[in-house]
Amino acid sequence: MSYYQGLQAEVVSFRGHNGDQGEAYYARPLRAGKFPGVVVIHHIPGWCEWTTEVVRKLAHHGYAAISPHLYFREGGPNESPDDLGARIRAAGGVADAQVMGDVTGAMTYLRAQPNATGKIGVIGFCSGGRHTYLAACTLNGIDAAVDCWGGNVIVDNPKDLNDKRPVAPIDLTEKMSCPLLGIFGNDDANPTADQVNRTEAVLKKFGKNYEFHRYNGAGHAFFNWQRDAYRPEQAMDGWRKVFDFFNRYLATSAASIAAE
Amino acid sequence: MCSYIVEKTALVGSAKGRKGWMRIDTANVYYDHPYYSTLDHVLAIDFTNEGEGGRDRVAVELSAESARALVERILAALASGDVAHGRASASVAVAAE
Repeated sequence: MSYYQGLQAEVVSFRGHNGDQGEAYYARPLRAGKFPGVVVIHHIPGWCEWTTEVVRKLAHHGYAAISPHLYFREGGPNESPDDLGARIRAAGGVADAQVMGDVTGAMTYLRAQPNATGKIGVIGFCSGGRHTYLAACTLNGIDAAVDCWGGNVIVDNPKDLNDKRPVAPIDLTEKMSCPLLGIFGNDDANPTADQVNRTEAVLKKFGKNYEFHRYNGAGHAFFNWQRDAYRPEQAMDGWRKVFDFFNRYLATSAASIAAE
Repeated sequence: MCSYIVEKTALVGSAKGRKGWMRIDTANVYYDHPYYSTLDHVLAIDFTNEGEGGRDRVAVELSAESARALVERILAALASGDVAHGRASASVAVAAE
């Protein structure tokens, strides 16, 4: 058996919120076996190429990963995701309830695959990190959640709440039902280091299973190798933390399951 | 993190995009994380025609510094244009009142 294993990546159809049919990017290891699933939640700018790279990275590491296109309702399958993202932004964004419905649909898709172990993780970046926090607090059936620099988990100004985002995720913390990993850059403006500390205090208060990792010399989106914000050393360590966490809670060992 | 804050302005004009020239009636302006640029933050402008559904756009992502410089150059160009064209834009504005 080769050290590296192949994977298959494709665009699939899934049923999201309200049963709406949309697109998702899905990748899985090609070798025989069963694999834990991971839902990847993209950031506000949209279903970008970097997001698909993250999905393939997870498959490379032994996970069946799926990233639902959260803006699929806005346009046709041949329209550029960045154009759809621009329209969504102009319309004030997507509603939290709709995103949670789409994440639930993506989880259902993963569990329905013959290669599924049934374990499901969720990871999100930026606004997707906030959505991950929300999912950990409001959805059933998540075994591990990774919030990468999700801002606005704490909402200090109630005027920032609206019909689409009616509740600050921090206020739902008591209901969090799965282990949470948080990855943050100390130079980030949203969430600030202070907000990360305040979030941690609430998790501690409710006795939640969490671990936070804060990185000096890094700001927002420091995993993103397409931006000047990329910090290779911190990002490499961060990815190790992510895979350690998922391996701990989603599988005793993805590789050993694959070998069964 | 990204925000949904958008400054929207109505405008009269045209822009050339993927399908050629089109009329535009709106600019959505925001300062946020980019889709394409390598910068951490960009001043982005989406020129659209909302009157025709707003499905097509002409988009730019600019550094904050260059966006400010552009604002200055736009104003400078308008000012010099006023002089060169006998304050054409001013007289149009008066005529439109």
